[in-house]
Amino acid sequence: MTDNAPMVRFDGVRKTYGPLTVLDELCLDIARNEKVAMIGPSGSGKTTVLRMLMTLERIDGGVIYVEGEPLTHMERNGKLVPADQRHLRRVRAKIGMVFQQFNLFPHMSAMRNCMEAPIRVLGLSRKDAEARAAELLEMVGLGDKKDHYPSQLSGGQQQRVAIARALAMRPKVMLFDEVTSALDPELVGEVLNVIRKLGTEHNLTMLMVTHQMGFAKEFADRVCFFYKGRIAEEGPPQQIFVQPREERTRQFLCAVLEAG
Amino acid sequence: MAILLAFAAGVVLASYAGFREFLPGLIEGAWVTVQITVLGAMLAVVAALIAALAKMYGPWPLRWLAIAYIEIFRGTSALVQLFWLFFVLPHFGIVLEPLTVAVLGLGLNVGAYGAEVVRGAIQAVPRGQWEASTALNMSRASALSRIILPQALVAMIPPWGNLFVELLKATALVSLITLGDLAFRAQQMNQTTLRTVDIFSIVLVIYLCLALVLSQSMRALERWAARGIARGRVA
Amino acid sequence: MGGAGNRARAGRLMLWDWNYTFEILPELARAALVTIEATLIGFVLAATLGLALAILRMAKNPAISIPATVFVEFIRSTPLLIQIFFLFFVFPHFGITLSGFTAGVLALGVHYGAYCSEVYRAGFENIPRSQWEAALALNLGIVDTFRSIIIPQAIPPVIPALGNYLIALFKETPLLSAIAVLELMQTAKILGSESFRYTEPITLVGLFFLVMSLVSAALVRLVETWLGRVGRRV
Repeated sequence: MTDNAPMVRFDGVRKTYGPLTVLDELCLDIARNEKVAMIGPSGSGKTTVLRMLMTLERIDGGVIYVEGEPLTHMERNGKLVPADQRHLRRVRAKIGMVFQQFNLFPHMSAMRNCMEAPIRVLGLSRKDAEARAAELLEMVGLGDKKDHYPSQLSGGQQQRVAIARALAMRPKVMLFDEVTSALDPELVGEVLNVIRKLGTEHNLTMLMVTHQMGFAKEFADRVCFFYKGRIAEEGPPQQIFVQPREERTRQFLCAVLEAG
Repeated sequence: MAILLAFAAGVVLASYAGFREFLPGLIEGAWVTVQITVLGAMLAVVAALIAALAKMYGPWPLRWLAIAYIEIFRGTSALVQLFWLFFVLPHFGIVLEPLTVAVLGLGLNVGAYGAEVVRGAIQAVPRGQWEASTALNMSRASALSRIILPQALVAMIPPWGNLFVELLKATALVSLITLGDLAFRAQQMNQTTLRTVDIFSIVLVIYLCLALVLSQSMRALERWAARGIARGRVA
Repeated sequence: MGGAGNRARAGRLMLWDWNYTFEILPELARAALVTIEATLIGFVLAATLGLALAILRMAKNPAISIPATVFVEFIRSTPLLIQIFFLFFVFPHFGITLSGFTAGVLALGVHYGAYCSEVYRAGFENIPRSQWEAALALNLGIVDTFRSIIIPQAIPPVIPALGNYLIALFKETPLLSAIAVLELMQTAKILGSESFRYTEPITLVGLFFLVMSLVSAALVRLVETWLGRVGRRV
């Protein structure tokens, strides 16, 4: 596996809910350390892409590869069969996700939220997990709040803890599912700053579904515009935001600008 | 409200001097009642946890066992179960002490109802918690034991409080299998002294006080367990 | 009953004596009728008393609403068995002798009336304030408001909950055996004590309750679904 191989590859991936096709033969390659923003109207399939990569949804067709290995399938005798638990967990360990609703564990302090999975899953000692958690919380600017419970933190602070928690597992790919949509406007900036910091200071492949067009334009390496389960247009932010080739892209951006 | 009732009860008790002759015997009976309630409650919680987890996550033989247990103990009343354990088991060679029968019967009975409470509480934990655990690559067992159950346990406390009060009231039934609890003593004294109104009035008040103590304790337990967790409970 | 006893004594070592089973069935069937009678009368009492108590609890006058609430809380927090004993043994002091059946059914009615009043209360509280205000604007008196506006809307949604209490009441009728009412459990105990075989009588009674309970629970769910469909049209 060379360094040129894509970090994540979607190969003809389909997802259906009954008669509704949410993702239609999606083909998408994401390079190592690439930052990709996914935009589009609701129901266009962009959140589904993230959730399938995080194995929260099942694939109805096609294969997802992570670092050259299939995610939900394994190779057996040269054929692809559904993956067993061991394989799944091994490949899944490379991926981390931050949710729109934060999903912090309410019965644990910020510190413990960040320590729990490293101890249980990675087998870190309490001391090491604690050190790692403290460092990450410091990085997201919440070093002094590490013993606070989620209910004592603002939305922006909770989301930053959620980011630290995901990072504690040292994933190679980080997924961000509309992570500022549930925040009051004045708290959005602090979360975006942390994400920006992650992009510059860490070697992370980042996939984000977002409505923050300004941020996407400035931060992303590539923007994918989703429409009805397919990528209608993709390219560098300059192209998508300033000179979109597709009519649908243009229409969507106009509507978003009007609303914002 | 509760304080008012307790105060009224105290006044009633205090003003009736003639009650004093009954009190020692009744207090002894009340102690037996409390013992059965506590032991039965412990059995109920254990049984409910096992049954609920078996029903939700177990392999199919265990699931069916759990379902059978729950349906049988909920479909028949506590008295039927107590009588069955007391009168029928000896025929199969198992002779149990009345106290064992009482704790077993009532514990398993309340446990069957408790299983539904446990199941409901686990299912009420927001889906996002499961998803976050998956995103952190935790195993299902880890997620269940470290993330889901602790949150479910807090949500369970109020309904369990109600079940425990039901258990307390159900202990009166053990008087019918010759166990010397509060109800038994009351009946005894009634037969001998025929002072029905006096005796049963105090007895009802004693049960009320026990129930109040129980529900207040459960509320305190809930406050302690929920410290830190936001009180934005789903209705 | 003596004949059945002799037969059963011969089969004492068996796990289950089928002959004995068939011999006691008629007796148990008669007792089942008593059980069902007690259940139905008790429930009618409970449903009516519950409604009355719920309305009393909503009274503006605290002299009416507070005692009603205290009464309901008191009944709900104390054992039914004690209440049965109380009613059975207290009336003779006033010169009235009640049969076990009457006293038992009365106790069941009062006890479950308290539970039903909670159900009705929840139903009433679900009626939006705007309904009361509309009735007031039309100058409807309190009686008419309850009768034509509130009760017709409050009752249908609570029928399933009432149904569940009917089933619960049914399952508690064995408590009447404590005052020698010849319902199922008492009959089973008598049969058992005469033949020294308790297995068949009590197990049969248990099975009867179990089957009836499962069937009624399914019926209540059916009613719930049917009401759900009807309710939408209202």
